[in-house]
Amino acid sequence: MLRLEPRPEPSRQMMFASPLMAAVLMLVSGYVIFSIMGQPPLYAFYIFFIDPLTSLYGIGEWLLKATPLILCGIGLAIGFRARVWNIGADGQLTIGAIAGGGVALYFQGVNAFWLLPLVLLAGVAGGMAWAAVPAFLRTRFNTSEILVSLMLVYVSYLLLRYLVNGPWRDPFGFNFPQSAMFHEAAMLPLLFDGLRTNAAFILALLLVVLAWFFCQKMTAGFRMQVSGEAPAAAAYAGFSDKRNVWLALLISGGSAGLAGVAEVAGPLGQLQPAVSSGYGFAAIIVAFVGRLHPLGVLLASLLMSLLYLGGEAAQLELGLPSAITGLFQGLLLFYLLAADLFIHFRLKKVQPPAAEAPATSSTTSPSEAV
Amino acid sequence: MQKLPPRLELINVGKRYPAVVANDGIDLRVYPGEIHAVLGENGAGKSTLMKIIYGVVAADTGEMLWDNRQVTIDSPAQARALGIGMVFQHFSLFETLTVAENISLALDQPPPTAELARQITEVSVEYGLPVEPHRPVHTMSVGERQRVEIVRCLLQKPRLLIMDEPTSVLTPQAVQKLFETLRRLAAEGCSIVYISHKLDEIRQLCHTATVLRNGRLAGTVDPRRETRESLAKLMIGRELPRFHWEPRTAGETRLSVKQLQLPSSDPFGTALEDIELAVRSGEIVGIAGISGNGQQELLSALSGERTTAADSVFLCGTAAGKLNAAQRRRLGLRYVPEERLGRGAVPSLSLSLNTLLTGSEQGLTEKGLIRYPALRRFARRIIDRFKVKCGGEQAIASSLSGGNLQKFIVGRETLLSPTVMLVAQPTWGVDIGAAALIRQALLDLRDEGVAVLVVSEDLEELLTLSDRIAVLADGRLSPTVPTRETSIEQIGLWMSGAFGDQTAIPATEDPVEIFHA
Repeated sequence: MLRLEPRPEPSRQMMFASPLMAAVLMLVSGYVIFSIMGQPPLYAFYIFFIDPLTSLYGIGEWLLKATPLILCGIGLAIGFRARVWNIGADGQLTIGAIAGGGVALYFQGVNAFWLLPLVLLAGVAGGMAWAAVPAFLRTRFNTSEILVSLMLVYVSYLLLRYLVNGPWRDPFGFNFPQSAMFHEAAMLPLLFDGLRTNAAFILALLLVVLAWFFCQKMTAGFRMQVSGEAPAAAAYAGFSDKRNVWLALLISGGSAGLAGVAEVAGPLGQLQPAVSSGYGFAAIIVAFVGRLHPLGVLLASLLMSLLYLGGEAAQLELGLPSAITGLFQGLLLFYLLAADLFIHFRLKKVQPPAAEAPATSSTTSPSEAV
Repeated sequence: MQKLPPRLELINVGKRYPAVVANDGIDLRVYPGEIHAVLGENGAGKSTLMKIIYGVVAADTGEMLWDNRQVTIDSPAQARALGIGMVFQHFSLFETLTVAENISLALDQPPPTAELARQITEVSVEYGLPVEPHRPVHTMSVGERQRVEIVRCLLQKPRLLIMDEPTSVLTPQAVQKLFETLRRLAAEGCSIVYISHKLDEIRQLCHTATVLRNGRLAGTVDPRRETRESLAKLMIGRELPRFHWEPRTAGETRLSVKQLQLPSSDPFGTALEDIELAVRSGEIVGIAGISGNGQQELLSALSGERTTAADSVFLCGTAAGKLNAAQRRRLGLRYVPEERLGRGAVPSLSLSLNTLLTGSEQGLTEKGLIRYPALRRFARRIIDRFKVKCGGEQAIASSLSGGNLQKFIVGRETLLSPTVMLVAQPTWGVDIGAAALIRQALLDLRDEGVAVLVVSEDLEELLTLSDRIAVLADGRLSPTVPTRETSIEQIGLWMSGAFGDQTAIPATEDPVEIFHA
């Protein structure tokens, strides 16, 4: 018989092994699901995980899809380290796209070097502004940033839909609900000929390094970490809780906004009724799978991006429903949360029950007992 | 009375946890009508042993005899059915319910409320434990709550009553009252297991003492025939550490509190009223009183975690009431909080990163960047100077024992060159060796001219350490008096809040002589 018992201290090995365990379990479940759906599982795996990366174009797409995930995931990871739960990155991403897109449309036809930086800055500012709403309400009225940021996602969707259906609709667009295409000067340059990967990927890598530096080397990062892990210690040290909330939301909002503007000033080239494929939500999974560590977020983004591509390939090649992407994402997070149990607990073999384990004993932790 | 067979007998009981062996080969024999002390330092295994008897945890090895019959106790309900009652160190009462409702919840087959209330009154009158059945628990002091717990046990007509560190929440007078009740119970034939680490109490009250050390049996003695020193030696395995306290003239006022008012931050907290206090350079001022009388609030108002009117707190001449903790630290305030893990240190971070919590302005950072080598050097200095037992400066704070973590936090604050040092419960739950080191460190600070304020529940500790002493009771602070001119009786009276009339009670004896000897 096996029993769970608390570890004397959290296991570092398990902290790193847990995402791998989750990935393996995701694959095992995928194997079962493919089998049930009548697909040869190994071939399906090939289509899902390998085929997308067999061409240079595929790799370009892979990095392109990973870019918004990295941008959102990094910001969220920093916020989550401080235990500020911004669930609304998708909304901040959308507002970032609107703000950046608005600037691009306003200066339509202006061919100047400053336009692209301005567009990007507007995107960041837009994301920050959207995240400032939950920050203000939390610090002023103690509302839950989880609810407020989440609800604002739907507001942002509706705002975008209103704009592309109304005031910002392309007058020469055959009545399609979308804006005019942006001018070249407002667009992110492509990195390679023939691939759609653009400069935003470089920005994302830069942000990974910056975030690592912030978390590891800067006192501000340390303060946020303390505020998250031990709020009482932060109060004792005199770190401001309000500052922590504001920083966490502005950083995650700003980077989500950048992800949004990078979508419209990149692969989309215009505002459309929906600019995100749920990147802001997928980034929550990315942040946790990446252990809230910048480098981990980078790797998790690449994995998650592959799930997006694989899902598309599976639709085309195998005729599977589009829900397959969400299914794999969900499995990954589900198994990760389950595997995380073993960071704080371990399995122990116990003798067949004689006088063992009355119900009350499991509630007594060793720290209380000594 | 020793001729009767034992009521409870434990033979070779053992219990191990993942990280520690809590009990190993413990024998215990409790006779009817006996008050039996279980004595040991924190972590010696007293609580685990009691939880085994009360059926909260299951022993790994050994057997238990009740009235000479072998029993296995799987749950507290079963223990209660046998006639075992337990008063826990930390009470398990619902604040919002009344006494009768709380007791009703704890009984296996509660009678109707009116009947229960009658029984409660009956028992409380009989044993001199005044308790009103219909009073909500949140309006009661800790001492009163303990009475509720005792009454709850007595209602079940126990044949064995376990008391886990019962006096830590009582004034000296209330302790004597409790002893009377316990003696009375014992005289009626009830066995009492009395868990404590307070040597004098045990010598005064108990017939037998079983001494535990590191989870093992160190000996079974008659405490009435032992001295304080011999008991201590049995308990810690060596002589009691000593230190020297010499009178010293205090210097200028470093910390002063004037008419401090602070409303309570939660509904069951205590509001502070008109606190007046001054701590001078080169003296230790002790604040006695039972937890929950405004200690948390006073400490948070002094440390800056809560702000007050600017001119109610002065630090080195600066009006500091509106300053936050970080700003007050810049004025030289250092603070060792009561909660070590989670407040004084971040559990999941290394010791070296934990120095950054309060030391960020002492050369540990530069232009907003963390200087890791400086951090590690500083942490190593603390570990060496204060003999912190740990796996090095990269050890995670939560991996340290309570005593070692406390040494680390006291060391960190001490080495950050304080002008005013604020210390809460400096040696609570700390082993005797570490406690001596910490007290010596505080005395050294005083001798170096630091103004030290110690808030502690341990009256003995305060009488040993402090030059002047005051009592915090129900959010009000007594006058501060020189420790040598006061007595345990006076402090005890003040603890119950009786200092409003300001009439000093003449010192009947000089206990300070004993403690400072």
